[in-house]
Amino acid sequence: MSILEVEHICKTFEDTEVLKDISFSLEKGQVVSIIGSSGSGKTTLLRCLNFLERPDKGVIRVNGEVLFDAADVFTGQEAEIRKKRLHFGLVFQSFNLFPQYTALGNVMLAKELQAKERPDYKEKKKEIHEEIQAQAEALLDQMGLSDRKGNYPHQLSGGQCQRVAIARALALQPDILCFDEPTSALDPELTGEVLRVIKSLADQKTTMIIVTHEMAFARDVADQVIFMDDGYILEQGDPMQVFENPREERTRQFLMRFTQREKGGVSKRR
Amino acid sequence: MELIMEQFPIVVRALNVGFVQTLKLFFITLIGACPLGLVIAFGSMSRFGPLSFISKIFVWIIRGTPLMIQLLIIYYFPGLVLHKPIWGGGEGGRFLAASVSFIVNYACYFSEIYRGGIQGVPVGQEEAGLVLGMTRSQIFFKVTLLQMIKRVVPPMSNEIITLVKDTSLARIIALQEIIWAGQAFMKGSQGISGAIWPMFFTAVYYLICNGILTLLLGKLEKKLDYFQ
Repeated sequence: MSILEVEHICKTFEDTEVLKDISFSLEKGQVVSIIGSSGSGKTTLLRCLNFLERPDKGVIRVNGEVLFDAADVFTGQEAEIRKKRLHFGLVFQSFNLFPQYTALGNVMLAKELQAKERPDYKEKKKEIHEEIQAQAEALLDQMGLSDRKGNYPHQLSGGQCQRVAIARALALQPDILCFDEPTSALDPELTGEVLRVIKSLADQKTTMIIVTHEMAFARDVADQVIFMDDGYILEQGDPMQVFENPREERTRQFLMRFTQREKGGVSKRR
Repeated sequence: MELIMEQFPIVVRALNVGFVQTLKLFFITLIGACPLGLVIAFGSMSRFGPLSFISKIFVWIIRGTPLMIQLLIIYYFPGLVLHKPIWGGGEGGRFLAASVSFIVNYACYFSEIYRGGIQGVPVGQEEAGLVLGMTRSQIFFKVTLLQMIKRVVPPMSNEIITLVKDTSLARIIALQEIIWAGQAFMKGSQGISGAIWPMFFTAVYYLICNGILTLLLGKLEKKLDYFQ
């Protein structure tokens, strides 16, 4: 059974139809890369999956459970949504770290707030806190940030911030981790460290959806590539097939622009 | 000079009494206007059109007219025009009327500062909290509030220092604050009359008070410097 099934998602902002019937599915442990030009709806799709936008039509299922059905108003209620969005994690383009917390504090905050809702929180306060801290430290170690735990976001480089943000998302153990152009806000020399971390997550069979403009990376890391154009999924399939032998003319044009740029060395970053 | 030395203890004692009233008005205004300003800020940011409209009109009127006029209207209007003196007589009534005027006036100024502070926190902060499964109130108290406070402290410091000096406007309804106490020695009080220096000397009180406030608020600002 697929871990994620998205069926016929549509989303309109005022007069602009941004998503026009998006359907795809994802298997556990797989990585899907979503590519396409700016304005094709990639980010909106991720925001719909994370319930930051409410789709006008369509169904979202995780592990067979209907998380969202536009036809069923109850699936759109605030308290319900809060639990459901924990199936997903989201790493933003602009990190959105909390500036008043250290790297460690950023990773721990949500987990600590969740722990307060546990019935045994009062008796076991200390143990729970230590457990959360140990988990957060392990995650930061894994991100290569062992010596940065006590630093505040403004004391970190963009690449370090983004790795903290990845650790923060992982702390809640989401079923599916989403990345919204995770390297687009970074200096070219800092993208490598972030991409390496994402690659290592893929090697550990983390289920991920990655929106990216890093074509070489998209091809390298993904089990499946989706090419979006003007609110539709125009093409999807095995990375080799999509990159080497695109079926659609539009995909070919899009990839051509990128390969030319990469040959020119402009966005050759890895 | 010798005369001033002789008058000094008497004057200082009277000015101290006046200054206590000044400080009382200052603190009451702060305590009242800080939360009321937040209410008005939420009102003017409301998505409910009429509420936002009324809040904005209210802020426009209060910020667009002199505080002195507001004091006079609030104190005299009920008694002289409506024939319903609601403030009661004496110093207590004057203090109550002055407090209401100052709280309403300063709440409007604060509301605009708060609005800037709230709207200045990037939307991404709230979205990051939502994605991490936090409730709206957790996001407000654990994520956005401190960032707002940091943004709001410098403009609030300005207003607070202005407030110390603005309390002197309450003299217009004969509230017995420090200016009133100083002026008494011009007309004649406790055997001293025609003395103008006590009035001038009140400035020292304001200066010292604002000096202390500047230091404290500067410290607070420094304390919030640990993040950006």
